[in-house]
Amino acid sequence: MTISLILLAAIAIAAFAFAMFMKNAIHCVLALAVGLVGIAAVYLDLGAQFVGFAQVLVYVGAVSILAVFALMTTQRGDDQRADPGRRQITWTSLSGTAVAVGVFVIILLSVLSSGMGIRRAVDTPTVSAVEIGDALMHGYALPLEVLGLMLTASMVGAVIIAMPQKGKK
Amino acid sequence: MPWAQTLDQIFPLAKHWLMGFVPFQLRTFVSAVLSVAPVLLVFPLLFAVTTVLERKGLGRIQNRYGPNRVGPYGFMQPIADGLKSLTKEDLVPRDADQVVHLLAPIVLVLAAFLSYAVLPIGRNMVIVNLDAGLLYFFAVGSMVELAVFMAGWSSRSKYSLLGAMRAIAQMISYEIPLVLASVVVIMMSGSLSLVSIVDKQSGYTATLPHWFVFTPWGLMGFILFMIAATAESNRSPFDLPEGESEIIAGYYIEYSGFKFALFFLGEYLGMLATSGLAITLFLGGWAAPFSFLTWVPSYMWFFSKLLLFIAVFIWIRGTLPRLRMDQLMNLAWKFMLPMTLLNIVAAGVWNLMGEGWGRWLVCAVIVFGPFLVLSGSLKKRQRLQMRTYRYAE
Repeated sequence: MTISLILLAAIAIAAFAFAMFMKNAIHCVLALAVGLVGIAAVYLDLGAQFVGFAQVLVYVGAVSILAVFALMTTQRGDDQRADPGRRQITWTSLSGTAVAVGVFVIILLSVLSSGMGIRRAVDTPTVSAVEIGDALMHGYALPLEVLGLMLTASMVGAVIIAMPQKGKK
Repeated sequence: MPWAQTLDQIFPLAKHWLMGFVPFQLRTFVSAVLSVAPVLLVFPLLFAVTTVLERKGLGRIQNRYGPNRVGPYGFMQPIADGLKSLTKEDLVPRDADQVVHLLAPIVLVLAAFLSYAVLPIGRNMVIVNLDAGLLYFFAVGSMVELAVFMAGWSSRSKYSLLGAMRAIAQMISYEIPLVLASVVVIMMSGSLSLVSIVDKQSGYTATLPHWFVFTPWGLMGFILFMIAATAESNRSPFDLPEGESEIIAGYYIEYSGFKFALFFLGEYLGMLATSGLAITLFLGGWAAPFSFLTWVPSYMWFFSKLLLFIAVFIWIRGTLPRLRMDQLMNLAWKFMLPMTLLNIVAAGVWNLMGEGWGRWLVCAVIVFGPFLVLSGSLKKRQRLQMRTYRYAE
């Protein structure tokens, strides 16, 4: 646990906490983008250059923009605030908290039982983009094809939803 | 020639000499500062020169003088512009989101400056030689869209929100052809590191260089990359989001004073960085065009090519009319995306066929045949009708 990892993780966690608790939805999305950059920084700290930059390119450059577009076209500005008379603790919030705690416990247990938790010294792998490409073409070819199918299906769905209707006046 | 080599390496040698005076503990910090400071000095100066060249160039194209009052032939105009933007009142709308309004130009300039970290400006003159340098460049460039959104939303104005939506739609549409057009270079050079891409293009046959632009797939990739780069930096003929006659100034309409100047700085720096990347990927980086000219220092060649790009950008701006939004989108999705995919096929075929004139012919046909067909099909006039949506009624 180097000092850089602790700092970067703290920044990312703080950004995600801001993303949950801020009142303005746009501020939440921007804090989310900062948190995603923090995760990319953790990847870079671990030496995974390709994954780190791909994280920035995909998450900050595309997924955040998607969230931003959704907010831009549906928000009425800052007038939407939570109703102050609403109860804070409901069944929904309790079950959501329970699910979140459960997922955290599962991930914690799996991390603690892995190599990092048992403090077994392994030599750091250096994975370059060439090796990633090689693995994608040889070992992981089937997941690659399935991903392609999924992306095609989502693009066709998006085009169908946005297509102007022909012939109906 | 030894003096040519010393002149070529004068900046790395100066840095090594200066590092000799630094104690051991401060070495990494001072090394980083010494590498970064020249970029921070040179490229804003180049931005200032570009603004005055653009105004004079556009003026001459439009049969008028450009600015000619400040300094000899108007070349001190950037100083006057800088003083004006520093002393203008910084108006922020009362309803605007203060923090986001302040952060937007800062994030834009940050993203623009960060992308210079991987450009090889000369032999041994790159700030950091990342193994995934090209991916870093595109990743940092994608932060610009977030800054544009921040500017448009926080201003709380209909015009700026409309301008921001159009600008973001344009930028994400043209990001795909931009990245795909550089995939051919990655394929043929086998590396994401910009320094090794430049090294692959060194070497001369019969005084002619081995640049990638002199191959069919390289030429088409270069053309597509430059069109996408023009669109990415919101430059004419793709400047609908910021067109002065359309939407006044688009997403930075509510900015004044120094923040407005920061937006311009960010946009022009992005344009220069993408031009620098095009030079690195397709035009051989800092390599000389002929083998008998290699005595000229490498950074001089880089900046000459960069100035050539600036001249072409200004020329295009003064010549072509602005594209409408649907024409812009049609160009990105219906023309450039298929062309980039065909270009990748052509590069694959080039790699698999042996040396010889056969592969030149085949790749030229693969690339330029569909180009003629697709560009002809897009010229058909579309009937504009009322838009209805299947699921949104």
